[in-house]
Amino acid sequence: MSSETTHGHAAGAEHEEHDTMTKGRIWKVFFILLGITCIEFIIALWLAPTYHWPSHWINPIYIVLTLFKAFYIVAYFMHLKFERVGLALAIIVPILFIIGLILVLTNESHYWIDLRL
Amino acid sequence: MSTAVTQQVDEVKSTPWSGGKSPFDVEYGKMMMWFFLLSDAFTFSSLLISYGALRFSAPTWPSPSLVFQSVPGTSIEHGAPLVFVGLMTFILIMSSVTMVLAVEAGHRNSKKEVVWWMIGTIIGGLMFLSCQALEWNHLHSEGFWWSAIPNAHTLQEFFKDGIPLAQQQMSSHQFANLFFTITGFHGFHVFSGVIINIIITVNVLLGTYQKRGSYLMIEKVGLYWHFVDLVWVFVFTFFYLV
Repeated sequence: MSSETTHGHAAGAEHEEHDTMTKGRIWKVFFILLGITCIEFIIALWLAPTYHWPSHWINPIYIVLTLFKAFYIVAYFMHLKFERVGLALAIIVPILFIIGLILVLTNESHYWIDLRL
Repeated sequence: MSTAVTQQVDEVKSTPWSGGKSPFDVEYGKMMMWFFLLSDAFTFSSLLISYGALRFSAPTWPSPSLVFQSVPGTSIEHGAPLVFVGLMTFILIMSSVTMVLAVEAGHRNSKKEVVWWMIGTIIGGLMFLSCQALEWNHLHSEGFWWSAIPNAHTLQEFFKDGIPLAQQQMSSHQFANLFFTITGFHGFHVFSGVIINIIITVNVLLGTYQKRGSYLMIEKVGLYWHFVDLVWVFVFTFFYLV
């Protein structure tokens, strides 16, 4: 992306050609989001009860599918994919701190359940 | 000779981080909206992670497919898990699409289209809020509220057989508090989003942004609205699916 930036400036004062959301792309993202939600419903309502999938199998699947949806919303609907790399990093890197809180609190909760039982 | 040297120096200075211009190449208000949303993301993740920690540490938990198996506002009381929340999710995703279509129309400076897509977004937001009101009302009528749970007889419907009553009551208390706090905080965001969308739509109708020459404000409220949708994606997964 930074190479694109320097290229844009080399070309002159002309406004940089901006890859952006078109109507077609908006509907494509909508159908991806809808499709992922439908997959979640099929797992929850049909696959999991029929084949008795254990929750430690399905829950990671749900979380991965949710992260996919989050990616499509942030990247396309919120337009972050088309912003400068610097802005995208300024938003995404701090979010990674949340992983730390998840690790600390899941560890702590295993300790709590040992106290309770 | 001297012109060649100048050109070379200029080329070195034209990178995004060499000063003289915003490296992010984004308007101030839009950047601040991103940083506000970043802080809001931390608030919501703290809430959701504490929910996760309490749920992990509980010996049992009310089963989502048993708690949310009715369609409030209709006569369907049992056997329809995920149907109502599926409708809510669809409404919110749909309103996100109308929002992004409003932004797209704003890029083309088409005032009329912006107004219609914004009105669509507002209607979507109001529909979502009404659904949430029905959902809350339904849970409240069963006996759930902040630090309130149904009586022992009703409570049994929400658990698999053979779980002691004391455990059912403890985890139901935690479930009720967390559910109403987190969906309430999200619903409050939807509510304020609807209010902001209405204000911006009135401004569009008054021609404020036409005079300004850009519909950038639509992008900023759009960011907020998509963030609300993003949070719902996580709330949906962790309260209704997991």
